[in-house]
Amino acid sequence: MSQNIDIEGNLVTRVEGHGEIVVNATDGQLEACEWHVVESPRFFESMVVGRDWDEIHHIVSRICGICSVTHTMTGLKAVEDAMDVELSEQDVKLRKLALAGETLQSHVLHLGYLALPDLVGEKSVVPMANTHEEEVKTVIRLHKLGNELIETVAGRSTHAQRTIPGGFSQLPREAELRDLRASLEGSWNDVETVVDLVLSLADELPEFTRETEFISLTDPDEYALYEGVPYSSDTGELDLADYREIVNEHVVEQSTAKFTKHDRDSYMVGALARFNNNYEQLGPMATAVADRFGLKPVCHNPYLNNVAQLIETAHLIEHSIELIDSLLESGLEAQSDYHKPDVDVTAGQGVGAIEAPRGILFHEYALDETGTALEGNCVIPTNQNHANIQLDMERLVPTIIERPQEEIEHTLEMLVRAYDPCISCSTHYLDVEFVDTQPE
Amino acid sequence: MTSKPKVAFFDFAGCEGDQLEIINLEERLLDLVEVVEVVSFREAMSEHSDDYEIAFVEGSITTPHDVERLEEVRSNADTVIAIGSCAAFGGINSIRNEQDFETVTERAYGEDAAMFDDPDAELFDSFAQAQPAKAFVEVEYEVPGCPIDGEEFIQTVTAILQGGDPSLANHPVCVDCKLAENTCAFDRDEICLGPITRGGGCDATCVSQGTRCWGCRGLVDNPAEDAYSEVLQEYGVTTDELLNEFTLYWSWQREHGPQADMQEVEQ
Ligand code: SF4
Ligand code: SF4
Repeated sequence: MSQNIDIEGNLVTRVEGHGEIVVNATDGQLEACEWHVVESPRFFESMVVGRDWDEIHHIVSRICGICSVTHTMTGLKAVEDAMDVELSEQDVKLRKLALAGETLQSHVLHLGYLALPDLVGEKSVVPMANTHEEEVKTVIRLHKLGNELIETVAGRSTHAQRTIPGGFSQLPREAELRDLRASLEGSWNDVETVVDLVLSLADELPEFTRETEFISLTDPDEYALYEGVPYSSDTGELDLADYREIVNEHVVEQSTAKFTKHDRDSYMVGALARFNNNYEQLGPMATAVADRFGLKPVCHNPYLNNVAQLIETAHLIEHSIELIDSLLESGLEAQSDYHKPDVDVTAGQGVGAIEAPRGILFHEYALDETGTALEGNCVIPTNQNHANIQLDMERLVPTIIERPQEEIEHTLEMLVRAYDPCISCSTHYLDVEFVDTQPE
Repeated sequence: MTSKPKVAFFDFAGCEGDQLEIINLEERLLDLVEVVEVVSFREAMSEHSDDYEIAFVEGSITTPHDVERLEEVRSNADTVIAIGSCAAFGGINSIRNEQDFETVTERAYGEDAAMFDDPDAELFDSFAQAQPAKAFVEVEYEVPGCPIDGEEFIQTVTAILQGGDPSLANHPVCVDCKLAENTCAFDRDEICLGPITRGGGCDATCVSQGTRCWGCRGLVDNPAEDAYSEVLQEYGVTTDELLNEFTLYWSWQREHGPQADMQEVEQ
């Protein structure tokens, strides 16, 4: 049986930003199979030029609303690296806590609001409020918990203000941290509910594997999110200063985005990459969740990125409780409500990397002696996954080409969504000629 | 009236943080869908329909394709509401408006910046300036902010549903800041845009969090007269000095004024 297929041009929904899938086949022969990115360029690398060292994080925060904490902190790390600014241990822990809140918020948003509707066969979370009322309320509670974490530590859940070069303009109160700890402890039932739900729907996740390289941060002391060095599942530890050689941004025929590659033609970043690279460092609750899904590294099924997000959700709660305990144990060292850390403004070049919810994020800035930015570069996780999505599609489509077009489209949309692409972040796009995708 | 008003959300160039703030309303979002029917919200749902009365637009307009989409939204909707600073007055995206466009593309794309001159590379048909929705179509209301305040969004929707007029507050952020009993940023040797920034929606949150007002809600109407003169006088700054110092959010608005309506902007 052969059929004509023409999937074209509809924006993929329930992802951040704008992406399109184009698949075209005549008489069952695949002619085009492409992942297009159609977001308008926003030029952040130029927007930071000429701005002061203490404004850069404010500007780059606006690259993405969903991972604004990560962009803020990666920008701060790069500026701090350029000026050799050291952070106190307390500030590092607080940053880790805010970052955990953001990743928790983002994972639950993606899993609960964007991916789950696929698994239960709905088009959005809204009708699920009727069919799965309790589950939706649970997802809302967990999502809120992530936002509460960010708010308590950083002051506001989107485009937070308190994180500034050298530390924080303002600190949470110990009582707030204690309340937060109680909410975190109280959330295990909710995690359990979501785990049960996803487990009951796990059969809906397509079985598909394609071997690939996984890149994430790694750290000897903990499951790397805020600190650590880049690591490849193919080639081991890498040097952050050489990040351009890790990502190798390049232009590919018939693609609208700059692709990246390292050891192979593509690599994957994000929750599954972190899970595969740093599995041993997950907390006991997270490992228990992984066991319930029978998930062990190395897993090469991109659809299971959703499960890795769920495992990380448990880990983030454990990790946050630990951070709060250690902060409370030593007692928060007080500072004024309008604190400005002492920073010796110097010329320099600095790179920062952090695990964003969607994968490793790099920022680099060159500053002159007044602290004014001369140059900037951001390599965001979604861009690093484009080549992997494209190659997955090329491998997957021939295996499902005889299925009804609607099903092919749905399976591919689920694939794209599994990567949790945040296309509004994608700062580099390149258009090359489109192939003719019209069937004869 | 039996049917609920249909509303749709559209995003242009931006970080989608405003839509996120709407999702962050959590349970209250479920209350909202009791009184309106959301027919399009790409970030959260797959359904889409062109049948809607109220359209919310986020992000600034940066390409001819954006303009086409925006015009279509305008022609479908009875009411268009710009949410967030990018949609309302250009916002952070407009920083580049003051930079030479060729340099802008080179900084972001290196040698591949030539794509911006290639007539076949449609996606790269970017305007030299990032502009707000009202530079191209009529916009009835605005909810400014970077990001918007969820509470203000609810108030706007409620006012519209009740047939009221959700017009914006017209006092500077300083007033909210004094109410919050903050120590003034000028007293801390910082420069603050609170005296000429529109208040009434953010409770001066940035100052309350230990920094200063960056101007994200845009210029207050008629900043020269309505500026918080008490603060300006005390610290010996003029409105013009403040206005000229800052290009973070206002690169478009400084040129066109806070009340700028649809006008002849070259496309
Ligand atoms: S100038 Fe800034 S810090 Fe001072 S009162 Fe006004 S808003 Fe507050
Ligand atoms: S204080 Fe100023 S910058 Fe901060 S949210 Fe309010 S208007 Fe925006």
